[in-house]
Amino acid sequence: MEKMTRVSGTVSGCTMFCHLDAPANAISVCRDATQVVVAGRNIFKIYGLEEDGFVERLNLRVGRKPSLNFSCADVMWHQMEENLLATAATNGAVVTWNLARPCRNKQEQLFTEHKRTVNKVCFHPTEVNMLLSGSQDGFMKCFDLRKKESVSTFSGQSESVRDVQFSIKDYFTFAASFENGNVQLWDIRRPDRYERMFTAHTGPVFCCDWHPEDRGWLATGGRDKMVKVWDMSTNRVKEIYCVQTIASVARVKWRPERRYHLATCSMMVDHNIYVWDVRRPFIPFATFEEHKDVTTGIVWRHQHDPYFLLSGSKDSTLYQHMFKDASRPVDRANPEGLCFGLFGDLAFAAKESLMSAPQSVGDVGRKTYPGGDRRYPIFFFKKPDVTEQFAQVSSALSVFESEAGSSVGMDWFINTAQSYLLSGKPFAELCEHNAQVAKRLNRPQESTTWTMLRIMFSEPANPSLSSNHNLNKSGNLPLVNSVAFDHKTFTFTLFLAARKSLQTVYEDVFLCAENEETEGSEGQAEYLFGDAELDDDDLYSMEHDNQAEEPEYLLPQEAFPLRHEIMDHPSAPEPVQEKPESPHVSGSEAESTCLTPMESFSLISVSQLLFSPHLPPKFFCPIVKEMLCYYAEQGDVQMAVSVLIVLGDRIRKEIDELTQEHWYMSYIDLLQRFELWNVSNEVIKLSTCGAIMCLNQTSTTLHINCSNCKRPMSNKGWICDRCHQCASVCAVCHHVVKGLFVWCQGCSHGGHLEHVMEWLKQSKHCPAGCGHLCEYT
Amino acid sequence: MNGTADICNHCRNMIREKEKGMKMSRHISTGPSSFIPENEIIGAMPLNDSTVMFLDEEFSGRMDNLTQVMGLHPHYLQAFLRCHYYLLRMDGPLPLHYRHYIAIMAAARHQCSTLVCQHVQEFEQIGVCSDWLRGLEFCPQRLRNLNEINKILAHRPWLITKQHIQALVKTGEHSWSLAELVHAVVLLAHFHALASFVFGSGVNPDPEVTEVNGVTDDICPPAMAGLCTCHLTNSNQGNRNPLRNPDTGSELEALMERMKRLLEEREDDDASEEEMFTRFEKEKKESLLVVSAGFDEEVVPPSPVARFVDDPSFGYQDFARHGEDNPPTFKAQDYTWEDHGFSLVNRLYSDIGHLLDDKFRTACDLTYYNMASHEGVDTSMLRRALFNYVHCMYGIRYDDYDYGEVNQLLERNLKVYIKTVTCYPERTTRRMYESYWHQFRHSEKVHVNLLLMEARMQAELLYALRAITHYMT
Repeated sequence: MEKMTRVSGTVSGCTMFCHLDAPANAISVCRDATQVVVAGRNIFKIYGLEEDGFVERLNLRVGRKPSLNFSCADVMWHQMEENLLATAATNGAVVTWNLARPCRNKQEQLFTEHKRTVNKVCFHPTEVNMLLSGSQDGFMKCFDLRKKESVSTFSGQSESVRDVQFSIKDYFTFAASFENGNVQLWDIRRPDRYERMFTAHTGPVFCCDWHPEDRGWLATGGRDKMVKVWDMSTNRVKEIYCVQTIASVARVKWRPERRYHLATCSMMVDHNIYVWDVRRPFIPFATFEEHKDVTTGIVWRHQHDPYFLLSGSKDSTLYQHMFKDASRPVDRANPEGLCFGLFGDLAFAAKESLMSAPQSVGDVGRKTYPGGDRRYPIFFFKKPDVTEQFAQVSSALSVFESEAGSSVGMDWFINTAQSYLLSGKPFAELCEHNAQVAKRLNRPQESTTWTMLRIMFSEPANPSLSSNHNLNKSGNLPLVNSVAFDHKTFTFTLFLAARKSLQTVYEDVFLCAENEETEGSEGQAEYLFGDAELDDDDLYSMEHDNQAEEPEYLLPQEAFPLRHEIMDHPSAPEPVQEKPESPHVSGSEAESTCLTPMESFSLISVSQLLFSPHLPPKFFCPIVKEMLCYYAEQGDVQMAVSVLIVLGDRIRKEIDELTQEHWYMSYIDLLQRFELWNVSNEVIKLSTCGAIMCLNQTSTTLHINCSNCKRPMSNKGWICDRCHQCASVCAVCHHVVKGLFVWCQGCSHGGHLEHVMEWLKQSKHCPAGCGHLCEYT
Repeated sequence: MNGTADICNHCRNMIREKEKGMKMSRHISTGPSSFIPENEIIGAMPLNDSTVMFLDEEFSGRMDNLTQVMGLHPHYLQAFLRCHYYLLRMDGPLPLHYRHYIAIMAAARHQCSTLVCQHVQEFEQIGVCSDWLRGLEFCPQRLRNLNEINKILAHRPWLITKQHIQALVKTGEHSWSLAELVHAVVLLAHFHALASFVFGSGVNPDPEVTEVNGVTDDICPPAMAGLCTCHLTNSNQGNRNPLRNPDTGSELEALMERMKRLLEEREDDDASEEEMFTRFEKEKKESLLVVSAGFDEEVVPPSPVARFVDDPSFGYQDFARHGEDNPPTFKAQDYTWEDHGFSLVNRLYSDIGHLLDDKFRTACDLTYYNMASHEGVDTSMLRRALFNYVHCMYGIRYDDYDYGEVNQLLERNLKVYIKTVTCYPERTTRRMYESYWHQFRHSEKVHVNLLLMEARMQAELLYALRAITHYMT
């Protein structure tokens, strides 16, 4: 009856606030919702709640000297006796206050039984004289206000008590939450041990609150940023709801008259107050964003009115929030979601109404997805719930799978990573190989780049050149050379056109030709003997010279002269054909047209080139550097790193360490994401950056346990320290394995690699005789 | 007291002289610690498997002296190592070489060459930017910007304000992200505190470390092993075996008696508010007087470690100075590690909060229910007194603690030791170490050191994190 009158009664107001003189630690309202008490380290006041603002009614901090007893960690207003308040002081005192006392000092009783800070006080909801306190010292004490000291003490047998709450429905039960993550239920009549205990959170449980209507429900909030709702009515305590917030939860309070709603505020960083519908844990139902510092106390103004929330904060303000003024994050939330999967799948979720209404349009639209060969419509239906105030949202989720090998996927990346050769062969062969790989994977630009690199950096005794020379001494030679050079200039333009003006491109080519001339003359001076006569003999001598410089690639080249010639020809004209498809060139026609004069230009210069093949690789470095940066910027860090490794010392000094390191890191990261461990390790090994190389030096330890006593082996020797027997004995020959040790991950027996291999050829069972069917792959 | 100090000072000068002239012998004393007999440490090492495994992984089986001394408390050692290696080796916002460099900077503030050498070596092993080791002026401006909070945290952490944080994170070329800053702050606090431990328990430098190569060698002259070597020259042998001292037997009894009395008194001690307040103030003031006198003419030795120190004259000053505007007392309940510090740290540098939490908790709860020869003693009162006394010197006050206990439980010599170890550890001498608690075991004194170290680290962290919180709000 009373409930009815209250709800329909006089509680009214608006969102309002007042400044306090000091930060608040806790607040509490009196039963008839007309007054609120604010307590903190330096404040202890009662405010009246008027229609249009707060009015200070009483300052309870009296006396000349400030006492620590006034320094409150918590405050509670008695819900039965409207003159009675209790505070928990930071020095360990529990104080009760009687507003009916005639003098200024309203302090009634002082209990100093706790040794440490008292974190929480709680009046019994129906028993007038019963008060419970929970303290940092790990004890909870129950006081009878008619007596001078506590009537019973409950020891949590663990760490500090953070919160105590009497159950609203069960007369004898109270819950206590602890700093170590446990929650205990106690019977007030049995101080010797708790009724039940369970671990609710990792880290401290800062708060708990019984559901006002549902007997068995307890909400807890912890430092692990979670709010959990527990069902205590069953034999086993069960977690029924869990809300993940963004900061540690300092307070939690069920919303009156709304079965599934609760309000939370956080201890640190986040200043907002959230009201959650526990069934919709991903997005707050309502948010109050008024406070400028962390909210320390929240309380619903009236226990049967869900529309008024009071809050106190460290920013020294006291607020009354109206529910109608709360912001509703759900209104601002994006109702559609779109995400790419790792393998190029596309998932799309949208409101059911959006998806189904224009059915015909949707069908058409769906067909336009090139790779959308399959579609899984997944529908989430929720029974409309009258108590739920959330907008009825049901979404349709569609997944579009990409076609195998389509451009969306990253297959090319994996293939490339696996097929590229980065070391182990002469430079020119590596380039050639990689060019082929790129070509096979339909990446003409990369392919061309590799070819170009080979040409640029294969020094004067360009293998193809020399071999051609060898074979086509009579008449074909000029042709081959011209193609090669043409190719060179073309690639320059390809790179440079992307960012320089055409003018400069032109100049660059000019410069290049001139340089080649001058460099060529220098080369002639160096190889005077060779150039003067130009016959078989001089070829021999040139090779001889080069053998000293780069012996590693020269010899194998000689072995396969034909192969290179054949491969060189097809790749040379290719870029011209691919040109319209290549992304930068296709953009402007001006560029492609201007390529023609340059080609002709380069052809003109061929005649001089012919006899000056010697161009120091250093000359190309700026261009190559620019190219690498270009690739890296385009996101193809694979290319940048591969080229960097293959070129090695030729380019390394041109690019600053940090950039290199950055590329390496990105590439390694990508490789590891695609689980290409071998490639990534090779890259790490081949890198020249200190920071990268040291990646390989971490976590290189393998722990083994002794096979006899199952204790960890010490680091030295083959004999276990503890049982003094040889560990890691070969199961086949029963000798200690001192080299490669292979073992079955199923039964953990093993031995010498070759022994186990042999054994498993003959038998399927484990050589140790344990009966396990070992597999050797 | 004065006499000792004079000799120490004299001794210092002598070493300085000697350094210039001749090379001294490498090892001041054998074993991991110069305070503790070697057999005490080697004997007590029942490490559990996971710790051993951990050591294997991180040290490749070798235990440095620090670990050996700490190994007197294996349970703590495990928590410590996990935190230590998470800070230095595992995923985090800062690159590896930054971490070691910050460690060097922090340890150098206390002229702790043991730690400096160790991390110089680790830094070299990483193999990048080795020219930074030539001194602070060779490292990037970004790291040099840390100097300010490094020196404040090391000597007067209560001075740190949100302006300092702001200066570091404000956008600009050399700015720090909050996550990086938190990592750096934790590193700084960790190594300041570790320096306290190293000096406090007289950990000897690792011979392997000092002998690596030329570069390290010139940074770590063996004689500057981080402790005053006066015990070599002046140590009186009577002190070596304190149990023989006849009047010390009663000392322990008296302490136990006081603890018992306090426990009983607590029930009926109705000290008024003012009384409690004055007790804290008294303790705070009194800590001023507890000075290891004789070091007034503080001269910073021209140690090679100095190349990592900026503004070397900035040293410890008492929190509460006479006749000056003192900074307000830090109310512990308003910013606690468990509630606030943890949340902030863990938010910006994931998982470190749990490790630190574990470490603090282990250090505070560690007990063997022993006091010297007595068994079954609840030492929590003593441990709390030690922990809170350190915080008291740093101006952190717990409302729920009666600082009268400190006065009752901690004798003057111990207070001198505590103050020296926490505030200016580089002045710790063997004499100080030996002058308190004559009957207690060495492992118990190491336990004291662990408490001091953790209390100091927490105090520094609280001040720094509070400043960061202020900056963020």
